[in-house]
Parts: sequence; C-alpha cells; structure tokens
Amino acid sequence: MTDKFISIEGIARRYPGAGGGTTTVFQDFWLSMARGEFGCVIGHSGCGKTTVLNILAGLDEPSEGTVIVDGQGIEGTSLDRAVIFQSHALLPWRTVLGNVAYAVSSKWRKWDRARVKAHAQKFIDLVGLTGSEHKHPSELSGGMKQRVGIARALSITPKIMLMDEPFSALDALTRGTLQDEVRRICLETGQTTFMITHDVDEAIFLADKIFLMTNGPGAVLAEIVENPLPKERGRIDLHRHPYYYALRNHIVDFLVSRSKSFAAEVTDHDPRHVPTVRPGLGEPVIVSPPRVVEPNPAQSVAR
Amino acid sequence: MTLSLRFRAAIVSLALLGVFLGVWHLATRGGGATATMSPEYAKLMGLTATQGKSAMPGPLDVGAKLWEHLKRPFYDNGPNDKGLGIQLAYSIGRVGLGYLIAVIVAIPLGFMIGMSPLISKALDPFIQVLKPISPLAWMPLALYTIKDSSISAIFVIFICSVWPMLLNTAFGVAGVRKEWINVARTLEVGTVRRAFTVILPAAAPTILTGMRISIGIAWLVIVAAEMLVGGTGIGYFVWNEWNNLSITNVIIAILLIGLVGMLLDQVLARFTRMVTFPE
Repeated sequence: MTDKFISIEGIARRYPGAGGGTTTVFQDFWLSMARGEFGCVIGHSGCGKTTVLNILAGLDEPSEGTVIVDGQGIEGTSLDRAVIFQSHALLPWRTVLGNVAYAVSSKWRKWDRARVKAHAQKFIDLVGLTGSEHKHPSELSGGMKQRVGIARALSITPKIMLMDEPFSALDALTRGTLQDEVRRICLETGQTTFMITHDVDEAIFLADKIFLMTNGPGAVLAEIVENPLPKERGRIDLHRHPYYYALRNHIVDFLVSRSKSFAAEVTDHDPRHVPTVRPGLGEPVIVSPPRVVEPNPAQSVAR
Repeated sequence: MTLSLRFRAAIVSLALLGVFLGVWHLATRGGGATATMSPEYAKLMGLTATQGKSAMPGPLDVGAKLWEHLKRPFYDNGPNDKGLGIQLAYSIGRVGLGYLIAVIVAIPLGFMIGMSPLISKALDPFIQVLKPISPLAWMPLALYTIKDSSISAIFVIFICSVWPMLLNTAFGVAGVRKEWINVARTLEVGTVRRAFTVILPAAAPTILTGMRISIGIAWLVIVAAEMLVGGTGIGYFVWNEWNNLSITNVIIAILLIGLVGMLLDQVLARFTRMVTFPE
C-alpha cells in the first residue's frame, strides 16, 4: 500500500437503534486503493457496502472517520467522483445527449453549447450509443440506459468512478456485454474505479482487488483478495485459466460460510492491516501483511 | 363493418344529442290548458295562459336567440344590455387575473414548502384551516377591505385557485425522486440550478395538474361571485336575465359557461401533456 489514491480511514456508520441504543452497521473500516486500480466490494446485503460507496461519493456522511482522495479529505459530493447508480437515474425528460450534456455543462460551466455537445457526443460514441442521441430514456432498453449512465459518469473525466451494483438490474447477456465495455474503457483510460457487486464472476472479471466484507451489523473488511488473473483476460475464456477456480472458490467459500463466522473465529483481526490474499494454483498465499488469516483447516496458510 | 371507436362514439353522441333535443322540443311544444278570459286580461297574462304555450323555451327558441347573440356578440347598450362576448370577456379577464396572481404566489411558495420540511410543518395548520373555506365566504370581508366589487371578485378567484396549486406544487416538489437529486448533487449543481433543471421538470406534471384543478374551480366560482358583485360578467348576465324572466338567455348563458369551462380545461390539459415525460 504505497500509493494511497483513495484512503478510507476508520469510518463507522451507526444508527440510533430501538430502545435508545445504537446499531453499528460497520466501524473502524479502513481501505485504500492505488490510482488506476479497479476495486470491487463483495458482501451480503446489510453489511453496509452501499453506505461505504455513498460516503465515498459524498452523498452520505460517516458517523466517524474520514475519507481521503488524492491527498485531500472529502467534503460532500464532487465532480471528481462520478457515481453510476444501480437504477441508472437518468433524467427522463432529457434525451440521451441531454443527460450527458447536463453533466458536461455542470463540470465546465463556461463552455458554449457546441463544445458541450461535441464533448458529450464523444462519450456517447465511446459507450456505443451513436445514433440514439436524441432518444429519451423511456425509448431505451435497460442496458442502453445503463450505458448512458456510464457515458454520463465518464464524460466529466472523474478521478474515481463509483458504481453501485450497476448491472444487477440487467439480464445476463446485456450484463456480459456491458462488463466487457466497462473493462475496455477502464483499461483504455486508466480509470480508478470502486464498484459494489453481488456477482462473484463480475468481480473476478473486472477487479484488480476484491474486498470481502463480513455480515452486518458490525461488519468488517475481512480480507483483500488480489486478482491473480492476467490483465488481458477475456470474459469468454476466463474460467479456463488455471487460477480461476482457486480464486472463485476462495470468494464463494467466504460468502457462504466465513462471512458469517468471521467475527467469532478471528480474534486478532486488525482492521487497519487487513490481510491480502492471492489465490493461486496451490493454496491461497498471503502476500501481506504476514499475519494469520484464520485457522481454516481447508487452507493451510503459508507464512 | 368495423368503424373506429372514435367514429362510433361520435355517432352515439350525436344520437343522444338528437334524442335530448327532440324530447326537449316535444316537452315544450305547448298544448297546455287554456282558460277563456277577456282580451284585456289575456294581454296581461301572456302566451302561456292564452295559447297554452310552455313557459320553458324550446330548442328552436334557444337556437334562434343564440344565433342573434352570435351575430352581435359585442354590442353595448348600457349597463344592463351588453353583448354576450363582452360579458364573457369580463369573466375570463377576472378569472385570468386572479388565477395569474395565484400562480405567482402558489408556485414559489409551494416550492418552499416542498423543499423545506420546516416551512411545510409550520404552514400546514394555516393551509388546513384556510383550504376548506368556501371562496364566497371571503366576499364580505373582501368588499369591506378592498371596497371595489370587481377587485373583490378577482380576490375571490385568487383565494379559490391558490390552494390546489399550492398543495400540488408542494407535493410534486417533495416527491422528486431521491436519485435525481443525487445526480444533481454528485454533479455539484447549485441550489438554484437544481431547482430549475431537476426539481421543476420533475414536478411539472404534478404542478400542472394542480393548475388544471384550479382553473376549473376558478371558473365555477366566478359565476357565483359575479352574481353577488353584479355589474358585468357572465354570472351577472345569468342573474340579470333571471330577473328579466328570460329563461332563453339563461339557458344560452349556461351553455356558454360550460363551453368556456371546457376550453379552459383543454388548454391546461394540453400544457400538462407538454410537460409530462414517459418513464
């Protein structure tokens, strides 16, 4: 963790609970990402993933802790951090071009109409919607709407792109195509991206780092999984890679059993130094820090 | 033979109109009992008593009179004899002015209520008490304070059309989807720009619905208000013709009130369609 482009430092989220007490969704949550990385958070519903993303976006505030992006503590929302919403959140009274142009003209207020239009058009072309500029969102399919959402987020050339389960409302085929598009765009532009997902395969295909969260309330970041697959991976032959099943099994095992039992089993978990795991051909190898992940008999941990 | 639904509906409508006019014509044709009386007395009694003519005018009478009115809609023979066009223009003018003032007050105020839970809660008791008051109940107070019958009528139109617009605007503004607001927030759009580029378009259909309800109520109320304040307007015309015992003119006025009301509603309906967005 040399280059901390995004650094989430000890944030917590508490709600006033029933009977005067407080419910802690998560606390002492630390996470950092380098510039140009693609990070994916996986966890069950209710572990506070969306809250973490909203805090990072500035739409929500943590009860404790701070978030530092590019050396500066964040305060509220910013054009540096674009959000792609799960429900695409397009303005239905605007056309495709209008929606993207709205974002462009919000970032560069002094630009004239033609310049805004040309810039917006570039990003509409990038997501493959050329020819649909003048359609309204109601005339588009779910996948096309989300493409507009992506174009809108990219058009303001943000430092970070935040995606809250962007493809969960789409059918499997469309989802696959859009994942390809997102991967292509992120590789081309070197975009730093933070994404929330439920889909293990989506995380494996897209992410450089996968953040595993335990179940809430009282959720913690249990483990960071480094993706051992090569950068040049295709969605079609992904599962043929020798590391694929080690990686996938590791994540699925976590979601199925360890996410529940983690808090009880691991007593010396240090939320500031979460172990990084790199599943490979043999058993998963901890690359940093040199610390016991958990006493799981199925995985002997190399020290 | 399958004709379009519209065409078939039009045929049924015309048939119903024909039946209605026919029944009306037959019912008012006359043939009632006549009493024998001296010619001098008969002159005083009029056609109803002498020839058994119905006191209710038939469709042909109304049609003939209507044609007369339509030929000269804007004549002005003094305070009690003005063309129907002039009377309607007075009424529409009052409604338009009162309604316009209501729009100017209700929409910004509705925006504030919709955007601020504090203002919403603070103003709620006032709105709840003022809203159910019959607009005509304000009339004496308005006449006393304003001292001008015409402006009082405009005030009454204002007070009756302000509530539906106010409540619908507040409701529409408060109900703008959180995700659209969040889009504006992540794009660092300022409050004023957000109000005009996100909240206004999102709430416009609801606001326009409120405005459409308001124009309907305003047109209902103006007739009653003008009966009270007198002088000019279609409401005054109805009352004046009732005093003249000209049922024909009263029927014509009723017909025109209905037609103008429909037109006003259609105009607002068209505006509503213009701002409605499909999702």
